[in-house]
Amino acid sequence: MSKSKFKNPVVKWIDHRLPVFSFMDHELNHYPTPKNLNYFWNFGSLAGFALVTMIITGIVLSMNYTAHVDYAFDSVERIMRDVNHGWLIRYIHMNGASFFFIVVYIHIFRGLYYGSYKAPRELLWILGVLILLLMMATAFMGYVLPWGQMSFWGATVITNLFSAIPLVGESIVTWLWGGFSVDNSTLNRFFSLHFVLPFVIVGVVILHLIALHRFGSNNPIGIDVKGTQDTVPFSPYYTIKDLFGLSVFLSFFAAAVFFFPNFMGHPDNYIEANPMVTPAHIVPEWYFLPFYAILRAIPDKLGGVLFMFGAIAVLFILPWLDRSPVRSSQFRPIFKIFFWILLFDCILLGYLGAMPAEGIYVILSRIATAYYFFHFLILFPLLPYIEKTKPLPISISEPILGGGSAASAFAMREKK
Amino acid sequence: MPKNSKSKNDNEGKRDFLIISTYAMAGIGAASVAWPLIDQMNPAADTLALASTEVDLSSLEEGQAITVTWRGKPVFVRHRTPEEIKQAKEVSLDEMRHPETDEERVPNEKFIVLVGVCTHLGCVPLGQKSGDVKGQYGGWFCPCHGSHYDHSGRIRKGPAPTNLEVPSYKFLSDNIIKIG
Amino acid sequence: MIKRSSYFFSYNILKLCLSLVVICSSNFSFAAGEKISYPQLNWSFSGILGTFDRASQQRGLQVYKEVCSGCHGMRLLAYRNLKSIGYNDDEIKAFAAENSVNTINDDGEVVERPARPSDKFVSPYPNDKAARAANGGAYPPDLSLIIKARPDGANYLHALLTGYVDAPAEKKVPDGMYYNKYYSGNLIGMPQPLYDDGVEYADGTKATPYQMAKDVTAFLAWASEPEMEDRKRLGISVMLFLLLLSALSYFAMKQIWAPIKKQ
Repeated sequence: MSKSKFKNPVVKWIDHRLPVFSFMDHELNHYPTPKNLNYFWNFGSLAGFALVTMIITGIVLSMNYTAHVDYAFDSVERIMRDVNHGWLIRYIHMNGASFFFIVVYIHIFRGLYYGSYKAPRELLWILGVLILLLMMATAFMGYVLPWGQMSFWGATVITNLFSAIPLVGESIVTWLWGGFSVDNSTLNRFFSLHFVLPFVIVGVVILHLIALHRFGSNNPIGIDVKGTQDTVPFSPYYTIKDLFGLSVFLSFFAAAVFFFPNFMGHPDNYIEANPMVTPAHIVPEWYFLPFYAILRAIPDKLGGVLFMFGAIAVLFILPWLDRSPVRSSQFRPIFKIFFWILLFDCILLGYLGAMPAEGIYVILSRIATAYYFFHFLILFPLLPYIEKTKPLPISISEPILGGGSAASAFAMREKK
Repeated sequence: MPKNSKSKNDNEGKRDFLIISTYAMAGIGAASVAWPLIDQMNPAADTLALASTEVDLSSLEEGQAITVTWRGKPVFVRHRTPEEIKQAKEVSLDEMRHPETDEERVPNEKFIVLVGVCTHLGCVPLGQKSGDVKGQYGGWFCPCHGSHYDHSGRIRKGPAPTNLEVPSYKFLSDNIIKIG
Repeated sequence: MIKRSSYFFSYNILKLCLSLVVICSSNFSFAAGEKISYPQLNWSFSGILGTFDRASQQRGLQVYKEVCSGCHGMRLLAYRNLKSIGYNDDEIKAFAAENSVNTINDDGEVVERPARPSDKFVSPYPNDKAARAANGGAYPPDLSLIIKARPDGANYLHALLTGYVDAPAEKKVPDGMYYNKYYSGNLIGMPQPLYDDGVEYADGTKATPYQMAKDVTAFLAWASEPEMEDRKRLGISVMLFLLLLSALSYFAMKQIWAPIKKQ
C-alpha cells in the first residue's frame, strides 16, 4: 500500500489522492477470472460494447435529427442522403439495436444454462433483468423516431396496452400521448426519453459490474473458485479473448450494416407515418416478437398485458424459483433437456409473434405461452425434488488439469 | 544450451510481435471509426449545395443597396455613385489599419460586394438602408462597438481589425453576379 | 466429457441461430401479404459487389420524367443528386430549370422561379389532397423510397409495371380501376403506364415495356439507396480488416493462453 505500483509521477500523484488508477488496475487488469470460461462469457463485454456504440452513434444522430412530425421522416432521410457518412452512422445505430438484443439474449440464456443467477449472484441477475427492461423501453421509443408507418402504428399499439390497466390506464395513455392520439407531443417526449434512458442503462450496468466483481464470474462448471490456481488475471488473458470475440462479432455486424442493412427492418417504415391508414400486417421489431406472441395468446386485454409483463417479471424472481443448489446444467441432466425446450419455446413464440393472430397460430401461441410459465413457475421449483444431479468436481482446476500446479498464470505475468 | 535459449528468445520476439501487432491493428480500427463521427459535423451535401447564390443587379439604381443571404450571412451589394467611387480610390492608404486599394477589393467599380459581418465580433453593420447611419466615412457603421467603414468597406476607425470581407464572386453577365 | 458437452452446446446454438435466420426471412416473404410470386430478375445492383448500371439509370430517369412524373413525385431527391448517375453540372442545371418552384419576392408576392440544382425534385401536385383529387381518390405514392418501402422492391416494381393483363372473365373491374396480376387484390388505380416505344431512348435501346420497367427500376433503386455503391465499397475494406483482425487476435489469444492450456 505504501509503495505505489505506478511509475509515472503524474499517475502516482493523482492516484494517491483519487485512486482511479488503482481501481482500474484492480478491476480490469488483475481482476481474477475463472480460467475455464468458454466463448459464451464473451457476450457480457460484447453487450457493453454494443451499449457504447449505440450511445455514440445516437448522440451523433441526434445532432442531425429533428423531432417534429413534419420533419422527422425527412430529417432521417437527410441523414441518409446528405449528412457526411450519415448513412453509415444511421445503419450502425439501426442494426446495432438488433445486434445489442442478439448479444443480450445470448448473455441471458448463458446465465440460464449455467445457473449464473443463483446465490450469491441474485442481485447481479436482477440488475441484468432491469437492464433488459430499460433496453426494451429505449428500443421501443427509438423505433418511433424515424416516424415511418411502423413507427407510428407500433407506438399506437404499444401505448394502447397501458389502457388495459384498470382505473389509471386511460390517464397513463393520455400522458404518454400528450394529446388524443400519437402525435407531435408523443414524438417529442419519446425523443427526450430515448436520449436519456441509455444513460440510466449505463448507471445500472455499472451496478451490474460492481455486483459481478463482488464474487467474480460464474463459470461453465458452476462451482466456486477455490483459489488462485483456478483463476487467471483478466489482462492479458481475457482482454485478448474479448478482443477476438469482438472482432468476430464486428465481422457479423459489419456484414449486416454494409450489405444487408434493412434485413432486420420492415419496408413499411420507409413510408412516412399516416394516421389515416394502418398497414395490412403490423409486427414489432423481431426482439419483441416473443412477448408480442404472449400478449396475443391471451384472449383478454388486461390478461394479455399482465402475462406479457409477467414473462419478464418471472425473471426477477428466478433466483428464488430455482431451488437446486447446483448451478451448471452440465450436472443437471433433466434441467439441461428442459433448457433446450425453453429456448425452442422462446424461438417458437418469436415465430408466432410474426404470424397473423388466427387459426393454428393462436393455439400454438397459447401452448407456447403455457409452457413458458410452466417452465418458470412449476418446473424450476419442483425439478430439484425429482432430478438426480451428477457429482460435482472438487475444483475448477481438477477435472481438466488433474491437479493444480498452476498458480503460475500470475507468476508468468509477473515475470514479463 | 545456448542454442536452446536463442531459439527461445526468437520465439518470444515472435510472440510479442504478434500480440503487439494485434493490439496496434485494433487501435488503428478504433481510430479510423472516429473519422465518420467527426466528418458528420462538416457541412452536409444539401448545405454545400446552397453555398453559391446568384443575384440580379439590373434593378439596382445608383446609390441604392441590397442585402442578400449567402451561407446564412448577409451580403451587401451597393451601386456606388461616381462621387463615392472617387472618394474610395483617392484616399491615401497610409492612414489605414488594413491597407488595400479599391481596385483590389472592387473588380467592377460600380458594384461593391461585401460580406456584411463586422470583422470585430460579428455584428451586421448599418448603412444599407437610406436612413441608416453610415459612419464618418460614408460607408458602413457597426453600432455594436463603433467601427467605421468607408465606401470600399475598409476599416477606418473603431476596434475592427480588418476590412469587411469580400466574398468570392464573379459577374456571369453585366448585371448578374454569382456569389460563392 | 465436459469439453464434449460444451461443443454440443455450441453446435446447438449454431443450429438455432440458423433456424432463427430462416424464420426471420420467412416473415419477410409473409409481410408481402397474399403470396403472389413474381419473376426474380438479375439486377446489376444486387449482390454484395453489385453496382448500378449508369446507362440504364439514365434511361430510367427519362422514363420517370416522361411517364411517371406526371403523377408521382420524388421529393427526397435533389437535382444535384443526378451527378452521381453521370450527368455534369450544366446538364443538371438545364434539367432543373425545366421545372419551376414557388418563391416569395421582395414585395411579398408568391412568384415562380426556375428550379436550381440545389432544389428537390418538383412534385406534380402541390399537396397530397390535390394528388388524390386528380387521381380519382387514389394517391400516387412518392417514388423516392419506393424500392426500399416494398418487400423485394426491385422485382416487385418491375413485375407490377409489366403485370397489366386482361382481367379474367369472372373478375369485375370497376371504372377507374385496372387489372394487374401482381398487385395485391389485382385491382390497381394506376392505368398501364408503359407501352412499346412510350419513350424514345437516345442510345437506340429498344423501348419495350420490359426494358423501360427495368430502366426505371434501376433509376428508382438508386434513388432509394444513393449511398449503395459507397456502402458496399467501404464494406469490402471493413470486412477484410475485420477478418484479418479476427485471425490475428485469434493467434495472439492462442499464444497468450498457451502456458495455461499446457499445464
